[in-house]
Amino acid sequence: MDILTLNPRHIWAVWYRNYLVWRKLIVASMLGNFGDPFLYLLGLGYGLGMYIGEMGGIPYMAYLASGILCSSAMNTATFEGLYSAFTRMNHQGTWEGMLATPVRVQEVVAGEIVWAASKSLISGTAILLVAGILGGVQDWSTAWMAVPVIMLIGLAFAGPALVICAIAPSYDFFMYYFTLVVTPMFLFCGVFYPVDALPEFVQWFAQVLPLTHAVQLIRPLLTELPLVNPLLHISVLLAYALVGYAIAANLARKKLIR
Amino acid sequence: MQTNLSGDSDSNVVVRARDVRKFFAEREVVCGLNFDVPQGICFGILGPNGAGKTTLMRMLVGLSPVSSGEYSLFGQDVADAALHHRIGVVPQQDNLDPDFSVFKNLMVYANYFSIDKDTAQKRAYELLEFASLSARANDGVMSLSGGMRRRLMIARSLVNDPDLVVLDEPTTGLDPQARHLIWQRLRSLKTRGKTLILTTHYMEEAAELCDDIMVLDHGKILDRGTPRELINRHVEPEVVAIRGLNTEADTKLLCADLEVRFEQVGDTWFCYMQDARSLVARCAEDASLTFIHRPASLEDVFLKLTGRDLREEA
Repeated sequence: MDILTLNPRHIWAVWYRNYLVWRKLIVASMLGNFGDPFLYLLGLGYGLGMYIGEMGGIPYMAYLASGILCSSAMNTATFEGLYSAFTRMNHQGTWEGMLATPVRVQEVVAGEIVWAASKSLISGTAILLVAGILGGVQDWSTAWMAVPVIMLIGLAFAGPALVICAIAPSYDFFMYYFTLVVTPMFLFCGVFYPVDALPEFVQWFAQVLPLTHAVQLIRPLLTELPLVNPLLHISVLLAYALVGYAIAANLARKKLIR
Repeated sequence: MQTNLSGDSDSNVVVRARDVRKFFAEREVVCGLNFDVPQGICFGILGPNGAGKTTLMRMLVGLSPVSSGEYSLFGQDVADAALHHRIGVVPQQDNLDPDFSVFKNLMVYANYFSIDKDTAQKRAYELLEFASLSARANDGVMSLSGGMRRRLMIARSLVNDPDLVVLDEPTTGLDPQARHLIWQRLRSLKTRGKTLILTTHYMEEAAELCDDIMVLDHGKILDRGTPRELINRHVEPEVVAIRGLNTEADTKLLCADLEVRFEQVGDTWFCYMQDARSLVARCAEDASLTFIHRPASLEDVFLKLTGRDLREEA
């Protein structure tokens, strides 16, 4: 199998199938996309913000909104790439059905990654709007540029999620990934407070994690903070997406084409 | 290398296998098979669990790499992804999309073949008609009976108008009415010029549908032929199955002076012979015996070739 042999028409067919299912449940899905961040920003942004005031030189609501946007993009892509993709790969036999057509396994994986990222895009954009309403966006002249970046963030988390999906023996296995990877990122990658508040070795570690780079791209776009090293951040996110895809495609092939 | 065992011209050969082997780790599950499948027939692969049927089918549709040998479809290596445009697959396990209606299942599947929407729609309606599911087009697949789901699986395998349809145990678990309807549909596919390859555990199904049968066990071909040929080759034309005989001596006494081949399965003695009339007459005189007199079937061939031991899933 050549992981570079990708027919966009096939990737789109996989994506479109998932989109059609999502469209059936659009109300519940959108409610979660708008409702959750609204509550988070209201509860933490206003509540905690009252005591904290400013963080990193900007109002806490603005600081938090950009962080929550990133962590939500991470969670959305991760959930889709783990639980939903796992169901389609194993229990429902959806992938096997696709493999009986001209769609190849690497195209299935690519379609799933792009779909998971699309869901991040939907939830991230919802948060951007909610944050705007709650005063979490300081600069709309650059904030709109966050939209393509959210897609990139989604891809960066969907790739690794599909890797875990391909090696997981059951749903229970995902708890390891959440406890060991997702939750530490949520807490130590600058969502709630600056990374430089952490001990130096943790800071080094945080620099390797994709969420740190996601936050450092998004926060300056939504606020008045300066954008530093954007190419570095984009490269790290892109690397996670592409390496994740390559590994996931190979693992999925080993699992399904026996 | 051009070798042609069956003597057919190459253009008529759909599947061609030359010394095809498959290893899982050290274990050889398909052991150097050679066979051709000519165009337009229904080809049956029979064998007990673990015989290598499913692996042979999965290799054919590119879901399992061939370890060695030459395995080709329409003259192209089975690994060629483009072949999928010409094949329809009905897997053993139902993998319809539970989130979609009957109609949408066909439309979404057609999209994987890059079939444009108008063509797909037209074909989907035709296929629903073919599968007697038109009335259920907008129902969710979860509300369908087992037989309907199977018919939908078969309809779905036809959305790309394939030349070859591969079916893995198409009627397992269905009631007799549902099976007969599916058989009828599969026969009508053959009259439309499609080639069918199927595996089955039901000898009756093989006899009903297949023009040519390959019996497989432990990854090797035990025999191949039409149902009639296999029966003539391996078993006597008539069978009397008798219950109520206690010992082998009783059985021999009952069959004295007759040319009979016995086989005992549990409490039943199967007596195979050219002409069973005199044995039937003797059985009828003994009220303690229960007996059935029938022509020999593919089932008798199958059991003779693969043995009567119970097979657990390998």
